[in-house]
Amino acid sequence: MTIATSGPDLDGTPQAELLDWLSDMLLIRRFEEVADELTLRGKVPGGMHAAIGQEAVAVGAVRGLRSDDIVSGTHRSHHHALAKGLPVGGVLAELFGKATGVVGGRGGSMHLADFERGMWGSNGIVGAGLGIAMGAALGQVVKGSDQVALGFFGDGGANTGRVWEFVNLAAVWKLPLIAVCENNVYAVETMSSQVTGGESVAARAAGFGLPSHQIDGQDVVAVYHAVREAAERGRSGGGPTFLELLTYRYRGHNSGEVIRYRTEDEVTRWRTSKDPIERFCARLTEQGLLDPDELDRRTSAAHAQVDDAVRFAEESPWPDPSTAAENVSAWTRSGR
Amino acid sequence: MAGPLHRRRERLRVDQERTMSADVSYSTAFQQGVREEMQRDKTVFVLGTDLFDRGGHFAQVKGLGDQFGRTRVRDSPISEAAMVAAGVGAALAGTRPLVDLNFMDFAYGAMDEIANQAAKLRYMWGSPVPLVIRATSGVAQGGAQHNNSLEPWFSGLPGLSVVSPYRPYDVKGLIKSALRGSDPVIFMMHKKLTGARGPVGDDTELVDIGSAHVARRGTDVTVVSYSYGVRLATQAAEALAQDGVSAEVIDLRTLYPLDTATIVESVRRTGRVVVVDEAPRYGGMAAEIVTSITESAFWYLDQPVHRVTGAHTPIPHSPALLDAILPTEADVVRAVRQVLADGPQEAR
Ligand SMILES: Cc1ncc(C[n+]2csc(CCOP(=O)(O)OP(=O)(O)O)c2C)c(N)n1
Repeated sequence: MTIATSGPDLDGTPQAELLDWLSDMLLIRRFEEVADELTLRGKVPGGMHAAIGQEAVAVGAVRGLRSDDIVSGTHRSHHHALAKGLPVGGVLAELFGKATGVVGGRGGSMHLADFERGMWGSNGIVGAGLGIAMGAALGQVVKGSDQVALGFFGDGGANTGRVWEFVNLAAVWKLPLIAVCENNVYAVETMSSQVTGGESVAARAAGFGLPSHQIDGQDVVAVYHAVREAAERGRSGGGPTFLELLTYRYRGHNSGEVIRYRTEDEVTRWRTSKDPIERFCARLTEQGLLDPDELDRRTSAAHAQVDDAVRFAEESPWPDPSTAAENVSAWTRSGR
Repeated sequence: MAGPLHRRRERLRVDQERTMSADVSYSTAFQQGVREEMQRDKTVFVLGTDLFDRGGHFAQVKGLGDQFGRTRVRDSPISEAAMVAAGVGAALAGTRPLVDLNFMDFAYGAMDEIANQAAKLRYMWGSPVPLVIRATSGVAQGGAQHNNSLEPWFSGLPGLSVVSPYRPYDVKGLIKSALRGSDPVIFMMHKKLTGARGPVGDDTELVDIGSAHVARRGTDVTVVSYSYGVRLATQAAEALAQDGVSAEVIDLRTLYPLDTATIVESVRRTGRVVVVDEAPRYGGMAAEIVTSITESAFWYLDQPVHRVTGAHTPIPHSPALLDAILPTEADVVRAVRQVLADGPQEAR
């Protein structure tokens, strides 16, 4: 299994968009840092899982799709949702449980959704999001639409049986699914390589008879190319693709976690040599597309957006308690 | 002397003969309803194992493969989680999948997809999941792992509806309603009713989900049941009629939402109730039905409500053991006589 990384130049990428990709990554980083802090201050009921360090995965993947394509996420999905264009204030308000949250405070950090923007839910059940995407891909086939669906799951999720049930069904029915394993090395405190048989997740997937690649998930351009190619294949009836994106989370599994299962050295190594934002900035600078002033401007813009989101979430009202049992299903008789 | 196996075979034969003269089988009624909905709505499609050629293990979709082709009658791998996940996602996409799980027992392999995904997505995300999950349910033969009663599991999950019809007419009318609804429906079809025959409605006739049916009018006692239990209740009512007892039989048809109005209306007239359910007693549907009656019609009751249920055990293989734990017509008759007797009663 070779690890795909993009070449030194940016050929084949939409040049005009590259700075927007950077802005998205800066926004996600800032959002996660601030949300983590707000969680520690008790503002986010139930806590949350930050994806700091994994920005290139989300931005590269979403940018490789069409805006009407479908994405489903995991319990760690703020980055997926923000890359998919969900309003920053709405996402933060959802974490707070406010009425203005993207699903009105019904979901929370692990259950963000916005069907109009193609975000078909982040999911609190490990492996389940891939099932939603697989079914979504089937729905597109049944409708004769050319949308594709991308389902994220983790290296931990790759050890649940259901993930392979979904991959197999997608493979035999040639569904336009992109199954994306976001391999950030750990599942809670367990190093995945210590509990996972075989050479790699991507190698395991290849056994189901679909194209399967390992990609450098810290390289937004490489992720973009891999997903775009997979989306084209899916759109033209070529069936599903499996991608294992190699990435890393800087923070603990959830906010406030005390980390004993890895060394500071390891984190520093990833931060200093493979940080997705720094690497992308360096590349853009080399290509003459970015200078320090532009980076400052974009960084400040991201900070301002997140500041606005915090104000918005803080000032937003709570949902009306009398609506708590509404919209369960048309079959539901109201009342207790 | 006839052994239990012989008696059981004899009973199944009688069940089938009793209904020979009527026009459509329970399975065919389902197939007709699905066919009409597939013709009416192009987004309706079926997925599950052994459907295309075989027509399903209970002939429930026989002929649909030939008529609609492999894209609308989809044979899937034996992968219950994948089948239901495929249904959930496709339903979110605006199509109308009918997922056939073969035996209801296999739903345990897709429990997350049903309980955490299908049932909750409208509530969490505002996006309805118009999904129907059909399977064969109820106790017959096949041992402990092919005879689970999942009715209380699913009825206790906010977001799902659970139907379990007795007559072919209701099978057809309910599957048509389910395929036109906007939320997940668990569609349970009793094994022992597979070949039972009866009339069905035409292509415009629907049966509302959440509506019970008064299967037999009566004035002395209300017997509430569903699915195969309605047969026991009706037979018991016929036997009791010979002794001048007039029993009303209510076929619930839907377990969630429960049609308490129909039950209460009857209880107000009769003042006495027996609930019949072949599923294990503890935490079962019967308990919920009794509670609903107590809440809404307590002052109309002349006697405590009685339950006739299966024992709290897995289902054994041997017919001799099986007969010992399942409710019978005689049990229903005995329970009715008990609630009709005035004065304090011994706990069962
Ligand atoms: C079915 C299921 N089992 C266990 C959990 C508890 N849990 C939440 S996240 C997690 C680790 C998942 O690891 P991975 O899939 O690698 O994702 P990551 O947290 O690394 O992003 C576990 C075990 C769960 N949410 N769902």
